[in-house]
Amino acid sequence: MNRELKRVSVVVLLMFVALLCSTSIVQVFQSDNLAADDRNTRTLLDSYSVERGAILAGGQPIAQSVPVDDNYKFQRTYSNGLLYAPITGFIPVNGAPTGLEQALNGELSGTSNAQFFDQVSSLVTGQDPKGAAVETTIDPVAQQAAWDALGEYSGSVVVTEPATGRVLAMVSKESYDPNTLAVHDSAAVNGTYDALVNAPGDPLINRAINSLNPPGSVFKLVVVAAALESGQFTPESTFPNPATYQLPNSSSIVTNSGGGTCGSGETTTIATALLLSCNIPMAELGVQLGDDAIREMAEKFGFNSEFSIPLSVTASSYPADPDAAQTALSAFGQTSVRATPLQMALVSATIANGGIEMKPNLVDQILAPDLSPLQTFEPVAADRVLSAETAATMTQMMTNGVREGAASNARIDGVDVAGKTGTAENGDDDPYTLWFTGFAPADDPQYAITVLIEDGGGLGQTGYGNLLAAPIAKQVLEAVLNK
Amino acid sequence: MPRQSNPAVDAREAAPKTGKIRRLHLPQKLRNLELFLLTIACGVNLGAVVLVQLGALGLIDTTLVLLGASLSGLVFALHFVLRIVAREADPFLLPIATLLNGIGIAMIYRIDIANNESGWASAAVRQTVWSGLAIACAIAVILIIRNHRVLFRYTYVAGFVGVALLLLPLVPGLGREVSGARVWIGFGDFATFQPGEIAKIALAVFFAGYLVRNRDSLSMVGRKFLGMRFPRLRDLGPILVVWALSMSVIIFQRDLGTALLYFGLFLVMLYLATARLSWVLMGMSLFLGGALIASQTLDYVNGRFTNWLDALNPAVYEADGGSYQLVQGLFGLAKGGLIGTGLGQGRPELTPVPQSDYIIASLGEELGLAGLFAILALYLLFVARGFRIGFAGQDDFGKLLGVGLSFVVALQCFIVIGGVTRVIPLTGLTTPFLAAGGSSLVANWIIVGLLLRLSDTVRNQPRLVV
Repeated sequence: MNRELKRVSVVVLLMFVALLCSTSIVQVFQSDNLAADDRNTRTLLDSYSVERGAILAGGQPIAQSVPVDDNYKFQRTYSNGLLYAPITGFIPVNGAPTGLEQALNGELSGTSNAQFFDQVSSLVTGQDPKGAAVETTIDPVAQQAAWDALGEYSGSVVVTEPATGRVLAMVSKESYDPNTLAVHDSAAVNGTYDALVNAPGDPLINRAINSLNPPGSVFKLVVVAAALESGQFTPESTFPNPATYQLPNSSSIVTNSGGGTCGSGETTTIATALLLSCNIPMAELGVQLGDDAIREMAEKFGFNSEFSIPLSVTASSYPADPDAAQTALSAFGQTSVRATPLQMALVSATIANGGIEMKPNLVDQILAPDLSPLQTFEPVAADRVLSAETAATMTQMMTNGVREGAASNARIDGVDVAGKTGTAENGDDDPYTLWFTGFAPADDPQYAITVLIEDGGGLGQTGYGNLLAAPIAKQVLEAVLNK
Repeated sequence: MPRQSNPAVDAREAAPKTGKIRRLHLPQKLRNLELFLLTIACGVNLGAVVLVQLGALGLIDTTLVLLGASLSGLVFALHFVLRIVAREADPFLLPIATLLNGIGIAMIYRIDIANNESGWASAAVRQTVWSGLAIACAIAVILIIRNHRVLFRYTYVAGFVGVALLLLPLVPGLGREVSGARVWIGFGDFATFQPGEIAKIALAVFFAGYLVRNRDSLSMVGRKFLGMRFPRLRDLGPILVVWALSMSVIIFQRDLGTALLYFGLFLVMLYLATARLSWVLMGMSLFLGGALIASQTLDYVNGRFTNWLDALNPAVYEADGGSYQLVQGLFGLAKGGLIGTGLGQGRPELTPVPQSDYIIASLGEELGLAGLFAILALYLLFVARGFRIGFAGQDDFGKLLGVGLSFVVALQCFIVIGGVTRVIPLTGLTTPFLAAGGSSLVANWIIVGLLLRLSDTVRNQPRLVV
């Protein structure tokens, strides 16, 4: 019988080896995948039971965790939620967080690699681990001014610091109150969330970085920059000046926004076209430059790629393979050119910064619970996009545009503002998209600003950039310059 | 090894009676080792309960500590009974069972805390009381059964009792259905009991006795085919009866795990007794065939297979009776990782029935892979000590019974833990000693008592000197 018994012993041993293997597989090799599964309530509850770090703007918390007496131990509260919602996002009890709550979840919940030693020490000392605080670049004065200036319009205002890339204000309207999505009641959260998803004006969308709009005339900055950098054109390069222009290989007709010619005379110049924001000379320039040169410049500015600030920014786009007619239309920001407000703010900021693009950034530093900095974000130069000369020329033309051209409503007494307006068509009968992008002071740029107004600002096809968007930029710039 | 012609001969009668002189000269080495290990086990158990309290409550509550202390007292009483009536019993069995039992109580207590239950509603209090009863049963077994060969006389009685217990839950008015399986009996609203747990002991006794009596006709006669000797048709009787019994458990009691347990036990004992692989192959194909047909025709069996193979599929996860529980258990285990969250620090209560079927996932979450390895090692050691009886035993009935009883513990571990960790489809069985459940505790402590008795007899027998 002992021979058989030995065999049975081997079988028993194998059964236990199988159990050792299976527990190892589940607990070690699959544990990361299982922890990342969005049905795993343990992971979510864990992120609540730590005291999540605060999100700060100008040293004041805009999101913080307050101890409460329930399963989740802490309630996340958002102060001035409507104003800061595009920045903070929210963390619900039953789903994925958004905004900085999502982008820096590891740091905020204290589970990032940088906090590893804190985790170990809290394991030893028995203290509850705490998350790190996130100090944003947001300037509450700029944010509030941008919010007030945008008023009832649906759209976005972005203010950045050209020399550093720091984002000082990021407003998106319609907005929502993140507090309503942070309640500890799954059913209530679901109800609120569904209502917000279906609400008019898409309040959950952060327009500053995640909405793609036809840029219209503000895209002319990119095209003119490409022309000047090519070496074949100067601001004084001339183009025929008809009142109508037939697109190449097409029966479609393009007119200038006023309907007439671009200034008086048989010919017009690039400088005049930018000053008065004419379409026909830009179309002619676009055809001569070709789509490759425009795309190359657009991509240098950041088009056609996503980036992270660390919120993830939707890629603005310039078409991959336009025909001649589309190239002509793209030269004044129509056809399938699309841009986010942040992308246009980057174009202005780069021109303001002498042609060097600074990486846009929303976070200054990450602070450990004892307020020692865990990580500091220094300004990073992404690339030289334009020569200093081209940047200076562009600045001059944009300053003229505000002083005496199509962007006159952004004028501020005693300060030179550089700027460009845009009035983009959507469909034949759809309301326009209105833009302003620029910076001030023109001789020593401190602030770059981009304003986006959706749905024609309620005026359908009668509103235009200088009428509605430029005054908003003016109001915000005044507020921050007078600070 | 020469087979003993008459297993009913009491070998102890032949053993030299050295009486008091021997006691004086040979200190009870085994019992002293047992006492030492038992002290450690009780210390670990006390530590576990205190850690649970500190982890989950942040304070020390003496109620359960006192209950645990009285339980320890009972275990030490068992130890002293062994010093008198089974001096040569295996010194590892009792400490291992004590340790597993205690860790189980600590974890059940931890889940009570999470669910805010106390007093008689607390599963941990009930588990402690059941443990006391179970240990008392083990003491009774050791005191009453002074020689395991008494059981040989009651082979057929044991067989009848086993089958009767197994079928008891099907009696109208007595049977209770809990989460789909009809394996419980109850009187009124309380005192529910799972008779199948006790039935496994009765069946092991029956199988051992029956096989020792009949193995010659089972193993010697038959026709050779493909190099294996297959039995005569009329000798197929017993395997068909046990197979039919298992299948009826699957169909009428809706309990896959129990059926697998009994059938596996029977096959292993049959193989040990007859040394015929053909029996095992035939039995396995019968069972697999039956299970396959069941998986096609019975919804609940089919569901178990789907849950097993495709657990993380959202459709399976959300289905009624789907893999929700299995996946929650996996999440818990994953949360535990290598070293666990620490007792009282995890969230085992998120998994359904975390204190019984899923106690291993709860332990894995709070003690980690390290803790589970330790627990598996304890089980393996327990089973190995049982198998030693088989290797060293002189009489075939004792050998078969010892191995059968330890194998049933091993197989039960494999079915439950393998189900939780997706080695095999999940079936509802209790984890021996750990899981909440009185019947399981009583049955397993009776197994401890029988194994202790068997191991004592084995050592007291005159050795065959080679």
